[in-house]
Amino acid sequence: MAKKTFPTRRKILTGMAAAGAASALPDVTRFAQAGSHSAPIKIGFQVHRTGIGAAYGRWYERTTMAATKVINDAGGINGRPVEIVAEDDGTDPKRGAEVLEKFANQHGCDIAYGTLFSHVVIGSAPRAAELKMPYFVVSEGHHVASGMLNRYTLQPGITDVKSQVQAMAPFVASNLGKKVTMIFPDFAFGHNHRDFFSAAIEAQGGEVVAKLAIPPTETSFTKYFPQIPRETEVIYHVMVGPSVLTFVKEMGEFFGPSAPQIFGFIDSLEAVDFATPGLEFLEGTHFWEGMPRYAQADQTDYDKFYRAQVGVDENGASVDDPKDISTYAHMFACWETLFTIKDGMEAAGYTGPQDRTKLIEAVEAITDMPESNEHPQGAKLFNGKTHQVFGPQYISKVEGGKLVVQHTTSLEDGFYPDEVDYTTQSF
Amino acid sequence: MTRALTLHLGLIALLFALQFALPAYHHGNLARIMVMATFAMGYNIMFGYTGLLSLGHAMFFAAGMYGMGLAVTQLGMPVGPAFLMGIAAAFALSLIVGLLALRTIGVAFMIVTLMFSQTIFLTILYFGAITRGDEGFGIKQATRQIMGLDLSDPTIRYFAAWLLFSLTLLATLWLVRSPLGRVLIAIRENEERAKMLGYDTWRAKLAAVLMSGTVSGAAGAAYGVLFGYVGASFAQVPYSIFPLLWVLLGGAGTVIGPFIGALFMFYLIDLSSGVTDAYMLVVGVALVLLTLFAPKGMMGMVRERWLKWLP
Amino acid sequence: MEFGPHLMLAMLEGLVQASVLTLTALGLSLVFGVMRVVNVAHGEFFMLGAVLAWWVTTMLGGNPAIGFVVALVVAPLLVGLMAAAADWLVLRRVEYDPERTIVATIGLLYIIQQVTLMTYGPDAHPVTPPFNTRLALPWYEFTDQGFQIYWPWGLSITSYKLFVIAAAIVTCLGLWLLMARSKIGLILRATQLDSETAQAFGIPVERVFALVFGMGAALAALGAVLVVPIQQAHYLMGGDPLLLSFIVVIIGGLGSLRGTVVAAVLIGMSDGIISVFFTPTLAKMLATLLVAMVLVYRPQGLFGAKPA
Repeated sequence: MAKKTFPTRRKILTGMAAAGAASALPDVTRFAQAGSHSAPIKIGFQVHRTGIGAAYGRWYERTTMAATKVINDAGGINGRPVEIVAEDDGTDPKRGAEVLEKFANQHGCDIAYGTLFSHVVIGSAPRAAELKMPYFVVSEGHHVASGMLNRYTLQPGITDVKSQVQAMAPFVASNLGKKVTMIFPDFAFGHNHRDFFSAAIEAQGGEVVAKLAIPPTETSFTKYFPQIPRETEVIYHVMVGPSVLTFVKEMGEFFGPSAPQIFGFIDSLEAVDFATPGLEFLEGTHFWEGMPRYAQADQTDYDKFYRAQVGVDENGASVDDPKDISTYAHMFACWETLFTIKDGMEAAGYTGPQDRTKLIEAVEAITDMPESNEHPQGAKLFNGKTHQVFGPQYISKVEGGKLVVQHTTSLEDGFYPDEVDYTTQSF
Repeated sequence: MTRALTLHLGLIALLFALQFALPAYHHGNLARIMVMATFAMGYNIMFGYTGLLSLGHAMFFAAGMYGMGLAVTQLGMPVGPAFLMGIAAAFALSLIVGLLALRTIGVAFMIVTLMFSQTIFLTILYFGAITRGDEGFGIKQATRQIMGLDLSDPTIRYFAAWLLFSLTLLATLWLVRSPLGRVLIAIRENEERAKMLGYDTWRAKLAAVLMSGTVSGAAGAAYGVLFGYVGASFAQVPYSIFPLLWVLLGGAGTVIGPFIGALFMFYLIDLSSGVTDAYMLVVGVALVLLTLFAPKGMMGMVRERWLKWLP
Repeated sequence: MEFGPHLMLAMLEGLVQASVLTLTALGLSLVFGVMRVVNVAHGEFFMLGAVLAWWVTTMLGGNPAIGFVVALVVAPLLVGLMAAAADWLVLRRVEYDPERTIVATIGLLYIIQQVTLMTYGPDAHPVTPPFNTRLALPWYEFTDQGFQIYWPWGLSITSYKLFVIAAAIVTCLGLWLLMARSKIGLILRATQLDSETAQAFGIPVERVFALVFGMGAALAALGAVLVVPIQQAHYLMGGDPLLLSFIVVIIGGLGSLRGTVVAAVLIGMSDGIISVFFTPTLAKMLATLLVAMVLVYRPQGLFGAKPA
């Protein structure tokens, strides 16, 4: 009686069951040496494996696994091993939010962590709050401390752009020049630099004589340089993206031998080798570094330990391939965030998702983070009210093709008044 | 006739019932898929039924989203009226785009819609001071309430998405069997002949653009309200390609095709990303295979082979 | 910088961009015109050209000039072969149906991007130009001594960029000669005019299509090889060239290679020139609207046949 062409009821049910089973199968998760046989603590790692953030995602992942291994070798957190559950968000806000849902509802993760690009953070944070899942971001964005997000989102591992930029102004004004031309990408990250630095340099008695906003997908820059006024003493650049090398080369070609002082953010050259032809022009220029890429003369044991664990040599390149330069100025934040999570969970006596709010309260109570193996970038101070950490910034100069630290800013250089108090918000 | 109605009502009832049966993860996914399917259904009105291939539908989605979002943040409106503002914004944009773009056909139409969409994206970036540019902004959980119902609650959110989806599904079903719908299909098949038969094809096409853009905008506004985020990434080219893809996969010119397409693509990506990092490769191969062996899309194939009455 | 030199600099830079855009768009125009299909993966062939150029030059090492010349020959060839294979295996089987081709080429786009990401990686890598000297350019001014030439600060171009412009011109001439004067060109034009009649005349249309698809991809790859010493090779770099080539081909008019060249030059240069007068985002907005308006009032493009 059943028509031949219609699948039988049994086939339909089997098919549905198979589909259901398939979606319930454990996904490819990464175990970094499980400690005891007790249930692992699952950290959902929202990683940029594809899309525009992929170059950073790769190193973030590497650093994450290294830190996890160190934690698990030392017995895990509260005696339980840490398991990293990684999902690609494609550097897209919509997928980012979906992935958080996957962490909470399908993988049963305790917390979510690891995001870099601001728009993904902002797109995912609402979902984290709805799911009541702590969300530790590693993004450098000022959005956490600005109050735009929620009590579930924290940034304890990396300083934010406002703090970084503000801390640069005194050095620039006293050593490089007071008339500044800013060149930045014409999107939120660049606007943050534009706004915060303008305020900071004016406070030092300086002046921004021109602001060049470059469209983010631009691939050729020479046509913008003529807008740089002749009286410019310092060029402040913070271009990011795949075309950055072009930007630097064309800047060199444009100025030739008569260039003003140049101050850039190493974001432009993360994962790029200084020995690349066309970058000779950068010799003698200055850079902000989140963490010095080249091992300095006064390298701490903590930095040595960190490099050894992650697999990076004293030039900031992969030990397996000296041409594979890491995103050294940013990836430390993954390492430090994981250790902060460990500290928080241990202070809260974290046993499971029912303790999530206790975890957040425990992290909010953290203040000093001394320089150590767990915090190799430098001693830091966490502001529990704004959920944002403050730390040292490094200013380096290119000498002989390597970056040599000239100045380390103090924490106070980067302070600004609180803009929010998340601790007064309910969960 | 009633077979079609039964099928579609059945789908609506099934989705309603699933609200109680699905585990949390798939429950959340389905809410998203229903909103995206609404977007795809909007696109289908223009593409599947009228034969107008737009490469810029992201602009309508974004117009709805930003119309709603800016009404909340700049004008302080509660989300209910803001949602209506979003629909109004999408309607206005559809009118402007329709009046201009319908002067072209075929490939020129494709590029014109693409260009308008790019312009909208750049405009969003340009007014970054209020739109917050590419980063976008969130809509606080506390404000996302209508008549005391918290839209961020999973059940209520699912129900809201279901409501939007069901209304659009039934509206589309009614449209394609109405006289206007017949005219649109006639235009798709052969516009010259429709003109010669005395139909005002320009007005019909404009109606299609208006309906299509407004529905897409409603989906965009709904997404912003239900998921709490408004961002410029939704105005970019991928979000114009997705509805085209969903419709083609699910079956252009069928009413439930867009939903099937959106559902399929979501789970294709989701399941394959659980198995491999290279899920885009899996998706790419699946697309190629699908178009080789199921040229009319999944529901198109179903209609051709088994259910000839499928609208 | 003063207005005159600024404008000249913008125009020169625009010419460089226009040169690369011309080659990429010609590739698309060929495919669009002869086969009447939308190849969404065209930008990926461009990207493959750049990535293969990097691969070739890195493998050969040594003198960058030699590596570059080899890449200039090898990369377009390889990309062309890959494209021809894709056409033979996939596009032919979907019978060049417009909608199915769009889906198939979107699938191809995902496949190519992901494979490149898995092999070449997510980073952008540079390629050393074969030669690159900075050439300061002069400008004129009228002073008390009359007509004077001086060298404005920053007005310069590099020898390599001039080479790119020259190479594009040479390639265009070569393509024109091929299309207008050779037997292959005749076959291509015949197939473009009316593929059914061409088939009736014994032209193996399917093989011609594979050839055309391959040639289109090879032209894009050639443009990419030329531009990669200026930019870097990155796995997502195909998006913008795809968008721009489409605009160029439609504005120039479907089926008109001459229209494509004119439109490419106009659009490539206007981007640079408009940025002299407006802030970049506003400039891009205006340029985009302008393109749309041209099409709204002249849907057949600049050189296309007027619709009946």
